[in-house]
Amino acid sequence: MTDQRVPFATHAESTVLGADEIVLNMGPQHPSTHGVLRVKLRLDGEKVIGSECVIGYLHRGVEKIAEHRTYTQFAPYVDRMDYVAAVSNGLGYCEAVEKLLGTEAPLRARVIRTILTELQRIASHLFWLGTHALDIGALTPLFYCLREREEILKIFEKYCGARLTTHAFRIGGLQYEAYDEFEKDVERFCKPFDKRVDEYESLLTGNRIWVGRTKGIGILTAKEAIDYAASGPVIRASGVKWDIRKAMPYAAYDLYKFEIPTGKNGDTFDRYIVRMEEMRQSRLICLQAIENIPAGPIMGKVGKVLKPPPGEVYHAIEAPKGELGYYIVSDGTTQPYRVRIRPPSLINLEAFDKMIRGHLVADVVAIIGTLDIVLGEVDR
Amino acid sequence: MANDPEEKQPSASPKDDPPAVKPPAAAGEPASKPPAPPAAAAAKPPAAAAPPKPPAPPKEGPAPLDNDLVKRYKERFGKAIREAWIDRKQAILVVAREQLVEIATYSRDEEKFDWLSDLTAVDWPKREQRFDIVLNMYSFEKNERLRLKAHTSADERVPSVQGVWATANWEEREVYDMFGVVFEGHPDLKRILLPDEWQGYPLRKDYDILTQDTAWVRENLGIESGQ
Repeated sequence: MTDQRVPFATHAESTVLGADEIVLNMGPQHPSTHGVLRVKLRLDGEKVIGSECVIGYLHRGVEKIAEHRTYTQFAPYVDRMDYVAAVSNGLGYCEAVEKLLGTEAPLRARVIRTILTELQRIASHLFWLGTHALDIGALTPLFYCLREREEILKIFEKYCGARLTTHAFRIGGLQYEAYDEFEKDVERFCKPFDKRVDEYESLLTGNRIWVGRTKGIGILTAKEAIDYAASGPVIRASGVKWDIRKAMPYAAYDLYKFEIPTGKNGDTFDRYIVRMEEMRQSRLICLQAIENIPAGPIMGKVGKVLKPPPGEVYHAIEAPKGELGYYIVSDGTTQPYRVRIRPPSLINLEAFDKMIRGHLVADVVAIIGTLDIVLGEVDR
Repeated sequence: MANDPEEKQPSASPKDDPPAVKPPAAAGEPASKPPAPPAAAAAKPPAAAAPPKPPAPPKEGPAPLDNDLVKRYKERFGKAIREAWIDRKQAILVVAREQLVEIATYSRDEEKFDWLSDLTAVDWPKREQRFDIVLNMYSFEKNERLRLKAHTSADERVPSVQGVWATANWEEREVYDMFGVVFEGHPDLKRILLPDEWQGYPLRKDYDILTQDTAWVRENLGIESGQ
């Protein structure tokens, strides 16, 4: 841990071959950095002995924008952070503002929110799996994953008209009622989905190349994961059984039964297994939820002009990538005084240097993939 | 942790569990219809806030807090714990900046707030010490959150907590990048999201987006900005 905190340029470590150290620049335009991430690697032959992530290429100043918009106007902006899991972003923001207002969405709205958010988690994990496998050299899973993800995006499109940046929720509840065939569509997707996950697993889990590329790569122990404040599947794969959906339930998660999968070794393979199991659990949550969507209003009583009383709130949800937190300060006007977004991708990426040291150049893409970062969220 | 702050345990969830009882169908339609129709969402009319606000205003907002947790902190650090608040069921301690590292270490080791969710800042330009440094901590053992705040001015230095939590490294860099707050003892304090040559600190309240834009256009394009 101590070596991690030594600045990049003065890090002293003998080179095994006596060869000169090479500094290799990777990105920002690189297909496997999942966006515009630039990594400076210090190499001894093929071994990585140090790294530095250069970020900010996608910085749009979301937090500054928030101070110049009303609470309602800012809601669509959060979709543009983690654009492969826009629904989760929206849920976190809406709930944070609701908490600030001292109100809560009606139960029906919360149940529909839960279903959509869990579908989004599956979609996000599918996209992660496809691209992660592609990075490591397995081409096939991508096509299967995108096939299933397409089904979910179709449900989103039917529900609110958008596939990616959905803006599906409103502060106080939902704008749209679930469409007529909503439950049926969700069921049609979820029923056979566990077989699909088995299918992906049959391609990868026992695959010698896959195991060779992921087992023992990028190990993060539980202690390190806590020190680096990793969250989501990354910390769970290190053996910390912690999920905000269980620990501090929000939306309607307290109504449903599900397990928190954990790993043991905290390596790339364990993170893979944890995410696969999470998809199965999300499917179970969706199936439980559609069985009984309670009747009632979908919009709570919030005014058209939102003026939260002065004060502040920190609200975090379990986004597909980890803890997505919103810290909102209100000064009693219609615009937030300060919005701080705690992006899981950024904080998880911070552990990258710790994980890559001692591994080979080829493992860089495996570790970037396993962290499941989205640069829109890292840079905001 | 009987009367402690923050969200409750799953068993005592604040949500209305029984799905049977429905609130009266006041707003079945998309977007409730408060009796203040002319209020466009964007405008800021002085008294257009909808009257049927469910929460009673005095209930929300910060209130002084004095529970066991605060007592333990006060016993240990005395005057360094300046204020204790509870806001929206979340506990906030305002602490002396000079002792931030000691208090953070104590929180991590003794009080088991071992996971630093977030470190950020808020700018209050009218105050003498204009910045709040805000640390959101979480305890796996207690399943609770606690927020530490320290005040600082633009010229004062804040002791870095990255020796307590490695994760604070980037977050302190971001606060430096956006607010210009300097952290004492940080190994590599430089801009993280913005380019190194960037002028000014964007999240300060007196940072004007328009000024920055016109200056950039003049300098880089050699013309007057149309903004």
